[in-house]
Amino acid sequence: MSPADFVPTIGLEVHMHLATRTKMFCACKVEYDARPNSRVCPVCLGMPGVLPVMNEKAVELAVRMALALGSQISDYAKWDRKHYYYPDLPKNYQISQYDQPLGVGGKLDIETSQGTRTIRIIRVHLEEDAGKLMHAEGGNYSIVDLNRTGTPLLEVVSEPDVHTAEEARAYGEALRQLAVYLGVSGCNMQLGQMRFEPNISLCLGTDDQGKPRYTPISEIKNLNSFRSVERAVLFEIARHRQEVQADPRGYTLEKLGKETRGWDDDAGTTFLQRSKEEAHDYRYLPDPDLVPFVPDRKWVEEMRATVPELPEKRRRRFIADYGLPEYDAGVLTVDRTTADYYEEAARASGDPKAASNWMMGDLLRALNERKIGLAEFPVKPAALAELIALTKQGTINRNTAAETVFPKMIETGKSPAQIVKEDGLAQVADTGALEAIVDQVLAANAKIAADYRGGKKAAFGRLMGETMKASGGKANPQIVKDLLTKKLGG
Amino acid sequence: MHSTHLTARALRDAIARRELSASEAVAASLAAIERLEPQVKAFLSLNPEGARRRAAEIDKRLAAGENVGALAGVPIAVKDVLCTADGQTTTCASKILGNWKAPYDAHVVERVLAEGAIVVGKTNLDEFAMGSSTENSAYFTTHNPWDLERVPGGSSGGSAAAVAARMVPIALGSDTGGSIRQPAALCGVVGVKPTYGRVSRYGLVAFASSLDQIGPFARDIPDAALLMRVIAGHDPRDSTSVSARDQPVPDYLAGLEEPLKGLRIGLPKEFFGAGVDPEVQAAVREALRIYERLGATLLEVDLPHSTDYAIATYYIVATSEASSNLARYDGVHYGLRAAGYEDMIDMYMRTRSEGFGDEVKRRIMLGNYALSSGYYDAYYKKALKVRRLIRGDFEQAFARVNCLMGPTTPTPAFKIGEKAADPLAMYLSDIYTVSCNLAGIAGASLPCGLTKAGLPVGLQILTDVFTEDKLLRIARMFERETDWAMRAPALAGGRS
Repeated sequence: MSPADFVPTIGLEVHMHLATRTKMFCACKVEYDARPNSRVCPVCLGMPGVLPVMNEKAVELAVRMALALGSQISDYAKWDRKHYYYPDLPKNYQISQYDQPLGVGGKLDIETSQGTRTIRIIRVHLEEDAGKLMHAEGGNYSIVDLNRTGTPLLEVVSEPDVHTAEEARAYGEALRQLAVYLGVSGCNMQLGQMRFEPNISLCLGTDDQGKPRYTPISEIKNLNSFRSVERAVLFEIARHRQEVQADPRGYTLEKLGKETRGWDDDAGTTFLQRSKEEAHDYRYLPDPDLVPFVPDRKWVEEMRATVPELPEKRRRRFIADYGLPEYDAGVLTVDRTTADYYEEAARASGDPKAASNWMMGDLLRALNERKIGLAEFPVKPAALAELIALTKQGTINRNTAAETVFPKMIETGKSPAQIVKEDGLAQVADTGALEAIVDQVLAANAKIAADYRGGKKAAFGRLMGETMKASGGKANPQIVKDLLTKKLGG
Repeated sequence: MHSTHLTARALRDAIARRELSASEAVAASLAAIERLEPQVKAFLSLNPEGARRRAAEIDKRLAAGENVGALAGVPIAVKDVLCTADGQTTTCASKILGNWKAPYDAHVVERVLAEGAIVVGKTNLDEFAMGSSTENSAYFTTHNPWDLERVPGGSSGGSAAAVAARMVPIALGSDTGGSIRQPAALCGVVGVKPTYGRVSRYGLVAFASSLDQIGPFARDIPDAALLMRVIAGHDPRDSTSVSARDQPVPDYLAGLEEPLKGLRIGLPKEFFGAGVDPEVQAAVREALRIYERLGATLLEVDLPHSTDYAIATYYIVATSEASSNLARYDGVHYGLRAAGYEDMIDMYMRTRSEGFGDEVKRRIMLGNYALSSGYYDAYYKKALKVRRLIRGDFEQAFARVNCLMGPTTPTPAFKIGEKAADPLAMYLSDIYTVSCNLAGIAGASLPCGLTKAGLPVGLQILTDVFTEDKLLRIARMFERETDWAMRAPALAGGRS
């Protein structure tokens, strides 16, 4: 087996800030733009004598995510203290879940260039975030901001089922989509609401007994973008290949164990933080200040019933039921608001294809121009459906709908029917009136008409355009076409 | 009679009847402290100004006809492991928190203040409540008011001594392995360790969270019942405090004077074995004879795991939790930060080396060892299993008897310095008290005699979880038949 054949074996730990109003164990607000150390209290400051109280909303969100991943919700989830000394951790222990997490097992399907792949989940658990430590430029001191301390964190740990950097990225993106879709986390990367820790090793084939052999496991800490996940994993795979090539017997998991590495985004390289010898002994202790979480089975079943259809499943259904192209289905299931909007408009209009075209084109453009989200968009799905219906019935043509009625709907919030009526935009479908216009156009454009009769088929379009123009855009194009064909063809 | 010799109830009633003002009661308490403190050294800090100001306020409210509360005008001492936001420090008798002022009141402090009590000062203890004599205080040792050469017991030795010396009628302490009952016994006062979960621990600086419980010191059972009624009950800030729906707080004073009929007393044979001082043994036997005279039946019971394994189990559970709870004292955010450090790790090391005393360091090291990877199953996990067996011992016993009785401590108060060099001998002075905390049940110590040398002896009574009402009634039966609760040490003007 040559180094090129060694299969990267990658598991990911992903942390997400839960979308709660308050912190995990106290009533302080979770806010990202507050003055440093202004969203703190004795509890999250870890002062002597304080006690934590579990945030029930955080548990609810965590259970929702775990159910969506198909995890088993534990009958008895306990809290543990994970000890390490660092100035951004005021108690010098983090309240986490060690051997009895909230959710066990599960899976997530991801889309890659090689098709759909299933990544198994080991566990889903809750913990509290630490604060932020900033090192003063050139100074011999650091400053601590504890606003983030105690923010509820959800950790999802995958099995080492990921084999490429592309898959690592796709897995992160799929998790993000799911969490955002479920309202479990904002997953805003800039705010540090989502962080990744890939564990990377290469499988070196099997030993004499048929047991797989690996390179050491590198855990890369605190990656905060999909791009950095992809780059760091790529870098690490290449580095492992070099290391094992240089020292095939020494560079093994057996000899070197697990090491912790950091990522230098500017240099595009990882660097050693702690080797196996320097690994922390976290001295886990069941937290005696908190009672174990024993979820009520009925409540879990109620929660399960409220888990909405997941984006991937919905995307496939959109393709099957509405005949949408893959790409369109993907865009329309990017989040729950978009998918719900689309589905309502598609059903109400009875024309899923038209609803998709409207949303992919005019509607998304309008949102981008205004820099707003669908939630704030003044045109509701029912109104869009009405607009589609008016076009389909021939009351207005597609052009009028897009150029005149739709912008006015956004501007005024009025219904399309009302706008059509008030502005007299209804198409002229009166054959008598249109025939007069067509006759005028043919008279005024005798040369073009002659060209057409002489075999120049393209001239027909010119005549169509002239007729539409003469009608002020209100002529029903189909009737105009029929009339022109009749009159020109004789 | 001087007001410092009144019980909390009598004092409150006299103040309510305007026979005495809260200001006079506080002045008398402060005068007693001023007179005796140089010898007893019960207090780490005093708040005379604040106490006088609050007393004047309470007098004003009483004059206006307001109902000020169940402890209106009563001076109280608070163990310095309970947070107070009154500007006094909360030191835990440690250098590491030497100048730390809590920005909030502990739940129990809020409760006593809401009932009109006046906190006169914070009492001495073994550093972070780790010890049985107050000799582990980083500041000074408290002296037993009955014999100034002897220890008051610990860790709540300051609170016990302050009540025994008639400085205050009532005080608050905490009990992790006997830290209320043992000093109560050695100082000849009443001390109650409530069921785990009965009193909120919010604002109690943690030693061992699964064992710690706050409780009252008083001169007699009715005062202890009164203070229990004030501090017991659910607090949403403590997840381990039991809800009012599951365990409503009974009125501990109602029915207190009614003796329990057909009382069955269990005598764990392990509590009467080798190592018990003969005079302690005799005083406890005499107490049991009085109960028999009152119609009680005595039965020998077995607690097979509770004596052989209790101390070992206790020192694994307690030190493991302590090593975790005390991790936060690192010099970063509050309290002591050692000078002259070179980097972050050096700052941690110097701060903790200078800030903690030997016993605290010993327990942190024991706890860290027990929790270390590779040792956790052999020590901590096994200790939890034994703890369940100990709990099972008590469950079986309480199926047969209403309560268990025995000596609170194997010996009366020992001399200052006598056991200081021998931690194991010191640990063994808690041999009868620790299993109660491991099982989470209720316990009390009340005075049941004096040795020939004039040292108090304590009778320990244990009852099942959330039966403090029964515990207090059983204790009161004995108290009504004897005058041990009336005795005061000579220095406090008592006859001994």
